[in-house]
Amino acid sequence: MAKERLEAAFKKAAADGRSAFVPYLTAGDPTLEWTGRYLDALAAAGADVIELGVPFSDPVADGPVNQRSAERALAGGATLAGVLTLVTAKRAEGFALPLVLFTYANPAAAMGWESFVRRAAAAGVDGVLLVDVPVEESAEPAAACRAAGLGTIFLAAPTTSAERLAAAAAASSGFLYCVARLGVTGTSAALDAGLGDDLARFKRAAGALPVAVGFGVSTPEQAAAAAKLADGVIVGSALVRLLEGTDPEANGRALGTAAAALAAAMRRTSC
Amino acid sequence: MSGTGRFGRFGGRYAPETLMGPLLELEAAYELFKAEPSFQAELSALLKDFVGRPTPLTKAAKLGGSLGLELYLKREDLAHTGAHKINNSVGQCLLAKRMGKTRVIAETGAGQHGVATATAAAKLGLTCVVYMGAVDMERQALNVFRMRLLGAEVRSVDSGSRTLKDAVNEAMRDWAGSVKTTHYVLGSALGPHPFPSMVRDFHACIGWEARAQVRAQAGRLPDLALACVGGGSNAIGLFSGFLSDPAVELVGVEAGGTGLEPGRHAARFAAGPGGGAPGILHGTFTMLLQDAHGQVRETHSVSAGLDYPAVGPQHADLAESGRARYESVSDVEALDAFDRLAREEGILPALESAHAVAWLCREAAAYKGKVVVLNLSGRGDKDVDSVRRAREASGG
Repeated sequence: MAKERLEAAFKKAAADGRSAFVPYLTAGDPTLEWTGRYLDALAAAGADVIELGVPFSDPVADGPVNQRSAERALAGGATLAGVLTLVTAKRAEGFALPLVLFTYANPAAAMGWESFVRRAAAAGVDGVLLVDVPVEESAEPAAACRAAGLGTIFLAAPTTSAERLAAAAAASSGFLYCVARLGVTGTSAALDAGLGDDLARFKRAAGALPVAVGFGVSTPEQAAAAAKLADGVIVGSALVRLLEGTDPEANGRALGTAAAALAAAMRRTSC
Repeated sequence: MSGTGRFGRFGGRYAPETLMGPLLELEAAYELFKAEPSFQAELSALLKDFVGRPTPLTKAAKLGGSLGLELYLKREDLAHTGAHKINNSVGQCLLAKRMGKTRVIAETGAGQHGVATATAAAKLGLTCVVYMGAVDMERQALNVFRMRLLGAEVRSVDSGSRTLKDAVNEAMRDWAGSVKTTHYVLGSALGPHPFPSMVRDFHACIGWEARAQVRAQAGRLPDLALACVGGGSNAIGLFSGFLSDPAVELVGVEAGGTGLEPGRHAARFAAGPGGGAPGILHGTFTMLLQDAHGQVRETHSVSAGLDYPAVGPQHADLAESGRARYESVSDVEALDAFDRLAREEGILPALESAHAVAWLCREAAAYKGKVVVLNLSGRGDKDVDSVRRAREASGG
């Protein structure tokens, strides 16, 4: 079952005495075919779990790097159905890393929640994160995910109250996604000073559920620092911006190198 | 106190997690202050002495006569800053101040909501930043200058279609990073709960005033209440006064642009493959112009204020329940109505409001002898340049 593959990845990292490395990529940037190759590059670089973003026309939770990436992916013809076809193809090739689909609600809602979850599970997706569906609005997609054995990943932010944090943790499976700072996705010069306190609060609420931290984690140094505080570290924009060059092949090499540096920095840090 | 913000199956609160805390805080504050006499007294005083309410209801005798009906215009164009938007901006800025916020942000399409928020912020001593699509900044340059004169910072939005929806995206991103000090003055009856209800409530004065005024002037309730619908704030304001009067027909008029094919209009309720379908954008489940893959379509309208792919969720519900009806008119029809109201009634309407006038001109035969209240949501000074360019383009 998919959710178990996700949990096993965090358990394995923990058994190795390290935090799981979770890189994010926008699927379809610049094309789905290239994304297929980039997934292999991330696996070779030491990723434990990969978050695959579904491009959306109006990504309100994303900063400029991921916005531009989504625009390139949409210009390249990517659709949610296409992303699921890519996942099917990668699984047929034997691609074994857990995959979390990170999507805005509307592409999935347009497919129909039931149909979306059924097709995602059949393709080989392991977990779903609906970035603009808070726990209060999640009954239908979350029930479908649970029935299909998919992980349901919810977010916790510095502005999340204790009551809502408990609800998000209870509704999450696979891991709890902790937002490291106020604001949208993107790179940052330094981690938020309050991150340690927030993460301590999130971890208490999560109990046995792994917590992964993202939003603004950019450099190997920041990843290493975040790895000391959380069970997993998500790096998105800092990798996605490497896809802005005009040569997709060279972009892929840069992506592999940067991901390997992040993974190495995290491996030197025990959590 | 936490409601779900549903209108039938529409509405809700589909927001990124970072905004959920602030939205709940806003809802609680709004529920608290709307019941508090000192808040209501301060708001009423501002609406009367600063905004100029109540706005008049003007009988449009010449146009009504030539259409064969009794036409009354609710004159929101005479409210301070020239449009209904100020009702909501004053209400939300006052609320922001009560909540201890020092900064407000807003999105704007035609610039009217930006000007209204800049005005309310200046009056109440709040810092103001307005996000505006680069395309809209060009076609509404006068309003950009007005906002700057009022002390607001206007930030150009260059992403996506560079119009209203992209300005909303950017305002939501700002808010996610600034919630501690900042309130987002959303400008229409849309977005995540509590915005659709709160914005409606701040505009309900339009409908309640109009209801009393038409009863005094025509001696009865109208047969039809009519308004243009972008996000739908002026329409829901007008409709609020008549929702409990089943004999009053409610019609909202959307932007038909240059045709009902995808990308050429903003008619969310239009039937057929170019029209809208239920979907989620900017925090709410509503009628949405989108492609088969759930990507939001680009829209077009000669009127920047109607150029938006989604509609307030209460309108989606009113359409589904059959209580209100939504129609569209083209750019050309709206421009013709702009001319006609100017010449026959001495009023330059906003191009948004001209859509409602255009629909009435087209459908007048069905309303012979009827009493009609039309919400003239704003004045057209801001559109004079657009009208001139449209005429030059058509060789008129």
